[in-house]
Amino acid sequence: MAFTFTPSNQKKINEILPRYETKQAALLPILHLAQEQHGYLSPDVEEAVASLLGLPVVKVREVTSFYTLYEKKPCGKTPIRVCRNLSCTLLGGREILEYVRQKLGIDVGESTPDGRFRLDSVECLCACEMAPMMQVGDDYYGPLTKEKVDQILKEGRK
Amino acid sequence: MNELILSKRFNLKESHKLQTYLSTGGYRSAERALKTMKPEAIVEEVKVSNLRGFGGAGFSTGMKWSFLPKERKKPVYLVVNADEGEPGTFKDRYIMEKDPHLLIEGILITSFAIGSHKAYVYIRGEYVKSYRILQGAVDEAYAKGYLGKNIFGTGFDLEVMLHMGAGAYICGEETALLESLEGKKGFPRLKPPFPAIIGLFGCPTIINNVETLSCLPTIIERGGKAFADLGCEKNGGTHLYSLSGHVERPGVYELRMGTPLRDLIYKYGGGIRGGKQLKAVVPGGMSAAVLKANEIDVGLDYESLKKAGTMLGSAGIIVMDETTCMVEALLVTARFFAHESCGQCSPCREGTGWYYKVVQRIYEGKGRMQDLETLMSIPVNMGGNTICAFADGAAMPFSSYPVKFREEFEQHIREGKCNPTKENHAYAYH
Ligand SMILES: Cc1cc2nc3c(=O)[nH]c(=O)nc-3n(C[C@H](O)[C@H](O)[C@H](O)COP(=O)(O)O)c2cc1C
Ligand code: SF4
Ligand code: FES
Repeated sequence: MAFTFTPSNQKKINEILPRYETKQAALLPILHLAQEQHGYLSPDVEEAVASLLGLPVVKVREVTSFYTLYEKKPCGKTPIRVCRNLSCTLLGGREILEYVRQKLGIDVGESTPDGRFRLDSVECLCACEMAPMMQVGDDYYGPLTKEKVDQILKEGRK
Repeated sequence: MNELILSKRFNLKESHKLQTYLSTGGYRSAERALKTMKPEAIVEEVKVSNLRGFGGAGFSTGMKWSFLPKERKKPVYLVVNADEGEPGTFKDRYIMEKDPHLLIEGILITSFAIGSHKAYVYIRGEYVKSYRILQGAVDEAYAKGYLGKNIFGTGFDLEVMLHMGAGAYICGEETALLESLEGKKGFPRLKPPFPAIIGLFGCPTIINNVETLSCLPTIIERGGKAFADLGCEKNGGTHLYSLSGHVERPGVYELRMGTPLRDLIYKYGGGIRGGKQLKAVVPGGMSAAVLKANEIDVGLDYESLKKAGTMLGSAGIIVMDETTCMVEALLVTARFFAHESCGQCSPCREGTGWYYKVVQRIYEGKGRMQDLETLMSIPVNMGGNTICAFADGAAMPFSSYPVKFREEFEQHIREGKCNPTKENHAYAYH
């Protein structure tokens, strides 16, 4: 089925578009909205956005595949991003990642069967003062211990 | 005593609110600048201030602004680099979340100085909280007339737009950032032409880091000379140092430019966690050459660190204690570069991928002695013939870790395992 924006998102888009010098410049914010609405950027989302902005679909696809925050496949709703860069590694980031994997029973790049979470191992989230840390949804958490991970995941399941 | 300029409001209650900002002197510099100063005079003050860009390159801000064409046929854009992504660096996040109006006032003064009526703030996609707080502050500023039309009744107009990235370290590089802002994948552009001549939407553009612009209110308030005097030779002002790793008190520290690295770690950071011994320090983000424990009597400024064979970069200081496996530290670094190369230039794409494999081999105990020579030859193979500075930066760790910690790398190859506390490597790296 062809993708369409909800009326409230369409309204947001109508506000965003005239503020940019070119239509294409609004591509990233519009893709963010689309992903929020649809959960991931399927080919029909890419096509709808391309036609909205008057762009060839390849130009949109280039962008969705270049940036790591865009999901191209169906996935769990809330992203869990465990930092794997240096400061986090020094303070036990690998153990935290291992623990989250066990706890969710999934590997990096996978989603939980109940569709709640997706798990990623990411480069520095620039919150190394709270290492080891992770991002769940919009929020940063750290310094993490196994107990804290338990608590955060429990909250996140609600 | 250390004077605070950038972080003086960080610990105030509701520090991000306009009310707090105004009651502590906020927007007075902008008002004075717009009402009583000529744009050229501001650029002149900035030159005198010795302000150098805090995004990593340390380029003179006043000089950069004066590269704009004198004749204005097209609009000029200000683009604020809030794509903070350099591992070990988190200062811009503090400014945006704890004192967003300081940044907005800096944007206002700068836009007036360079004759721009539209500023974009490009924020990394993961910084949702920063985005929300900054957007709240921008809305407050519009409501009170500090942004929008006819600011302070001077006839000067300014529009500020926040723009979210989508996860790509390379978009912190200024020309990749412009591409991304135009709705494309973040491939850096060949320079010249420099953005000051052809930047955003083909128009003259000034790109500055969040922290750089946040210095402007102080420069206007006190004058360029006084700002320069706050720092050390050729490095004006104070700087926000991000300190992390094996220290007792990680965090953001505002210190005079040129503060000794030893003081940052021991005096401010409380020393090494659990009373352990220091082993190594990365003084300025991932691309900086690593320093050994006996090399920390060096000033944290551009010249001093350059003389010490490394760099200040983004001032992200990562501290490693005696338990650290240096092969693992380099492996994490190598994986980062392999993952973040945009892939446009083959020496960078192939090089970062290949060197990651070599370090991984050593780490997993399958290394050969000649791998060390291979690693150390990287600057020759990878730097230089590439579009952006990423490849040069990526080369630095490979030519410093295996040289400075040669013993440990050799032992890893000989015995197939690590020297310090961790006896074997339990997890696969992917
Ligand atoms: C690979 C790479 C990544 C960069 N990342 C950032 C960044 O995250 N934030 C930033 O402000 N500058 C970053 N820079 C530096 C910018 O290209 C640019 O020099 C800077 O934004 C200019 O502002 P300044 O003069 O105020 O420092 C990066 C440069 C390179 C080569
Ligand atoms: S040097 Fe590397 S990161 Fe920079 S443009 Fe070339 S491939 Fe991309
Ligand atoms: S290394 Fe994990 S947040 Fe920076």
